[in-house]
Amino acid sequence: MTAKPKFAMYWAASCGGCEIAVLNIHEKILDVDANFDVVFWPVAMDAKYKDVEAMEDGSILLTLFNGGIRNDENEHIAKLLRKKSKILVAFGSCANEGCIPGLANLISTKEIFDTYYETVSTDNPDHIRPQPEYKMPEGEIHIPTLLPVLKTLDQVVDVDYYMPGCPPESHQIAAVIDLVVQVLQGKAQLPPKGAVIGAGNSTVCDECKRTRNAKTIKSFERIWNIAPDPSLCLLEQGIPCNGPATRSGCNARCPTAGAQCIGCYGPAEGVVDYGARLISAFASVLDAKEPEEIDHILDGLVDPTGQFYRFNLAGSLLKAAVPAWKAESTHEKEKA
Amino acid sequence: MSNEKFEPVIIGFTCNWCSYRAADMAGTARMKYAPNVRLIRLMCSGRLDPTFVMKAFANGADGVLITGCHPGDCHYIEQNYKALRRFQLLRRVLNQMGVEPGRLKLLWASAAEGAIFASEINKFVEEVRALGPLGWPKEFQQVESTPVMEVTA
Repeated sequence: MTAKPKFAMYWAASCGGCEIAVLNIHEKILDVDANFDVVFWPVAMDAKYKDVEAMEDGSILLTLFNGGIRNDENEHIAKLLRKKSKILVAFGSCANEGCIPGLANLISTKEIFDTYYETVSTDNPDHIRPQPEYKMPEGEIHIPTLLPVLKTLDQVVDVDYYMPGCPPESHQIAAVIDLVVQVLQGKAQLPPKGAVIGAGNSTVCDECKRTRNAKTIKSFERIWNIAPDPSLCLLEQGIPCNGPATRSGCNARCPTAGAQCIGCYGPAEGVVDYGARLISAFASVLDAKEPEEIDHILDGLVDPTGQFYRFNLAGSLLKAAVPAWKAESTHEKEKA
Repeated sequence: MSNEKFEPVIIGFTCNWCSYRAADMAGTARMKYAPNVRLIRLMCSGRLDPTFVMKAFANGADGVLITGCHPGDCHYIEQNYKALRRFQLLRRVLNQMGVEPGRLKLLWASAAEGAIFASEINKFVEEVRALGPLGWPKEFQQVESTPVMEVTA
């Protein structure tokens, strides 16, 4: 047998939860080691970017890329790993659709920095801000610069497969690794390019065991304000549950445990714009016909964009709010 | 360029039974209205998926007009109430995305209200003109796709 195929995993703008989820496959991780030569995985082993740069193009068989593209370092590594990898998987919600870091697309980078360095909880009396370049006696040092908006992986490079979830469920990761190992042994075939792997094709509602009746919502409730019926559909009880638009694959974990689905598995099959689908679903079941009455019920949804695009803003049709991209176009003008 | 009058691009959704007939009525009666609206006919305002509105704005529309039968007149009993609720929720979300509420308008027009339809369109075009171009950027488009490489054992 020739050398083992190469495996890489990278984190861009993400929290590290995806890496934990991979380790959560327990002894299956030994299969990864048995079948792959891990060449680059910053969280698990020491490797330098220049080592990756020195690799032959297409020499890595499988790269799991998690995290959104928030700065020029993320972008550089995304392009680099695309070049070096045969199969590039957008792994986890951030790489797929922006996830929580993507919510920063609601505001400009200036506002991000102001919040980060100047708000009351920050002790920064000298108003120090990080500079992308700094000259010191030993030479000039650089830190990555923030891009105006967070982009999803496939907005920057070509992606072969999508594996959703925040983070992807460990049993799904294990199944995908099994599949890849079988492909390597010639026992299975790869799914068509662009396929969503490690998830279902239906919605969370489809997997949810709660009883569903015709929905009529008189008011939205926040989950900590009521004691929800344990066997009845949460949305029916006025709890804003994102199940109707969210891809299945998690076995409806949150609704089963008594919490509403917040949509971490991203849009279900055929859903173009996740938030728009939810707007449609929620608005349809409101029990009101007068504009004032409707507004009164809608006041119960304190942050509709956060509710509908918590994981999906960067991957939605609009992708970023006006303050984020308006700042970008001024920035572009300055450069020109 | 700055001397030219800004001509907003407006996408208008009409329902087959009332508001499209109103537009038709305006046309057959030779009523003039601003040419900025591109009308798209749906069977019912209840068919209006909020995705259509998002897509219109993302692809460069400066305003979106949703029209339907008057409350109580829906050909499909009460789907126009759904459209109303979606409109009200959409406007909240769009507001958070930095889209002025004035760029999305809901209009009820019966088949006999060609004149109202024409004058409301003129009014909306002027309102959106006053707001100026929205110009949602295109640079977030998908990159070109290349085929997956062959994998051999």
